[in-house]
Amino acid sequence: MRGQAVPTTTTEAPVFDLTREHFLRDMRRLAETPAPVWLKKLRMDGETLFAGTAFPHTKMEEWRETNLAPLVETPYYSMTGLPRHTLAGFDTAPCRVDGWINLVFVDGFFDAAVSDASLLPYGAHAGSLAQAMTGPAEKIVQKHLGSCLGKRSAYTALNTAFIQDGPFLYVPQGVELDRPVNFICIATERQENVAAHYRGLFVLDAMARATVAVTCISMGAGGNHFDNVVEEVVIGDGAALTRCEIIDAGATGRRLCTTETRQGRDSRLESFSITLGGAIVRNQLCVMLDGPGAEAHLNGLYLNAEAGLVDNNLHLTHAATNCTSRIAYKGVLDGTSRSVFTGRVLVVPHAQKTDSVQLNNNLILSDTARVETRPQLEIYADDVKCTHGATVGPPPPEIVFYFRSRGVDEKTARGMLTYGFAEDLAGRIPDPALRQKVDGIIYRRFSPGING
Amino acid sequence: MLEISNLHASIAGKEILKGINFSVKEGEVHAIMGPNGSGKSTLAQVLAGHEAYDVDLEKSRVTFLGQDLLDLPAEERARLGLFLAFQYPVEIPGISNSYFLQAAMNEIRKSRGLDELDAMDFDELLQEKMKMVEIDPGFASRAVNAGFSGGEKKRNEILQLAVLEPRLAILDETDSGLDIDALRIVSEGVNRLRSPNRAFILVTHYQRLLDYIVPDFVHVLYKGRIVKSGGRELALELEEKGYDWIRTEEDAGAPV
Repeated sequence: MRGQAVPTTTTEAPVFDLTREHFLRDMRRLAETPAPVWLKKLRMDGETLFAGTAFPHTKMEEWRETNLAPLVETPYYSMTGLPRHTLAGFDTAPCRVDGWINLVFVDGFFDAAVSDASLLPYGAHAGSLAQAMTGPAEKIVQKHLGSCLGKRSAYTALNTAFIQDGPFLYVPQGVELDRPVNFICIATERQENVAAHYRGLFVLDAMARATVAVTCISMGAGGNHFDNVVEEVVIGDGAALTRCEIIDAGATGRRLCTTETRQGRDSRLESFSITLGGAIVRNQLCVMLDGPGAEAHLNGLYLNAEAGLVDNNLHLTHAATNCTSRIAYKGVLDGTSRSVFTGRVLVVPHAQKTDSVQLNNNLILSDTARVETRPQLEIYADDVKCTHGATVGPPPPEIVFYFRSRGVDEKTARGMLTYGFAEDLAGRIPDPALRQKVDGIIYRRFSPGING
Repeated sequence: MLEISNLHASIAGKEILKGINFSVKEGEVHAIMGPNGSGKSTLAQVLAGHEAYDVDLEKSRVTFLGQDLLDLPAEERARLGLFLAFQYPVEIPGISNSYFLQAAMNEIRKSRGLDELDAMDFDELLQEKMKMVEIDPGFASRAVNAGFSGGEKKRNEILQLAVLEPRLAILDETDSGLDIDALRIVSEGVNRLRSPNRAFILVTHYQRLLDYIVPDFVHVLYKGRIVKSGGRELALELEEKGYDWIRTEEDAGAPV
């Protein structure tokens, strides 16, 4: 079948049948393993949806600039039938943050041996979704899992069909975690094309507070791995979550992630999404401001060095009055890399006093890098403040001249400017340990060697 | 130390400087005055090496410390000891004052075969200079000029001047937009930096600055040429009679 140009009336070419068949075969294998009835039903819903949904392609508006063909054409093995890998001496130290609770996942599954024992306040849970689903937290998982997820794409349905494990956090009402939780997700090197279907669930009950990081990294150069991630985030009334994801899929790794967040009255989300590399990385962040006075600050930074594609796709819904949203995404593009940014803000008819600002600034360091930036405002209320702005370009020449007039040559100036451009965003991370970690990554990548 | 002869420069095909001649010796302070549009700022930018201007290399000669200045890119002019305090200092988000200045200082030191200063030694130097120009120590960690007031930006230029210790400093309308207190602080900073082997060129529209920084020579620039040169008294005369005096005289008696 592969490679044949067969005329077809369906929405996708039959060449993808093998990809789909691979996934369906692994779903059947997973169905034979024991699981709670509610979970089996949830997976089955995902499978049914997946079977009837076309893979994303560039004729769909949402994927117009994001060509997933290399991904869709690859038949993957899901982790149901394959032996699990251990880290075998791989040093996780660079991913860890001192003083935090560091929890490690390998190819989609929790690895207790290299994780910190979690010392959390009574009633709070941080760890593995697999353990939570079959342990004392089962009722919490059952209540929330699948509750935030809209009908998004074949890949989110695929993830639901494969729900097994992933990061899990639960903070009960009024509890504040005294230290942040760092979920470290590692893709091992494998011969086969492997898909890891991480499913994350983060629940903060009313007035709870937490800081969470998700750090994704590949062993080796990135190999053939594909992380197909769905995360659901529930932030209760008056609760506050700071969430930071740091993604480095290597030069050849692929990753699709959909994070669905639902916020209650007067809740607050501070989100940082930092993409350092990957052949195809798509970060879809959907935020539903569902209670009056809710606030979302969505910050992003993407540093595309060579040939990668990073697609940041934001869907923000103002569904209640007096909500505030701030979107600030910044990108540095070099080589032949590409970036797609979509900032969709929907204000429903009764969401008066909405205050929304979005900015997308891109620094272009080569003639061959490309940026698509697409603000999409849909406003159905009349008493709102919604603004957007975007910039795309090389470092401003008047600033470069300022450096040169102080004795700093153009190349060094551009390096320092790039560092400053990225650091401007990293500097907003509230947790000092995390800020220092991100700052260090940016400094090593861009700053010319001056004594610091 | 600086000899300018028959300097011609244009931007986008329009000639702005039409044959500038003057020279500056070590330790001297020269003021360049003139009405708006006379070419004052262009002169400052051309000397600093801004590439937006086309210098007529057939006619123009500029030597600085024995080197052909027009031959050098901007960064090498700076390393040689030339400094421009900008009329409109740019904001550089994300780069702290101390990081910026340390990089600049070390580039200059490297070019002279000196060891680079490490962060600790540099910080000590910076704190001392900040005290000298009355800048709050907190400015060291703030992004260069980002969110600074007009006066703070100008003071920050003087701080850079104090740290980089150039042989020749060109101050491009450093006094414009300053209130009396800020003007006093900036002027005192400059006066402290005056020395027998450092020269200054003050580009200004107003006589006011020259009450605080007393120049050795005053040149009046009009339509791209120096039309009058003299001592300090020329500035006072100009203050009294206004720029119309120059305009009337020049436009009436202009040979061309």
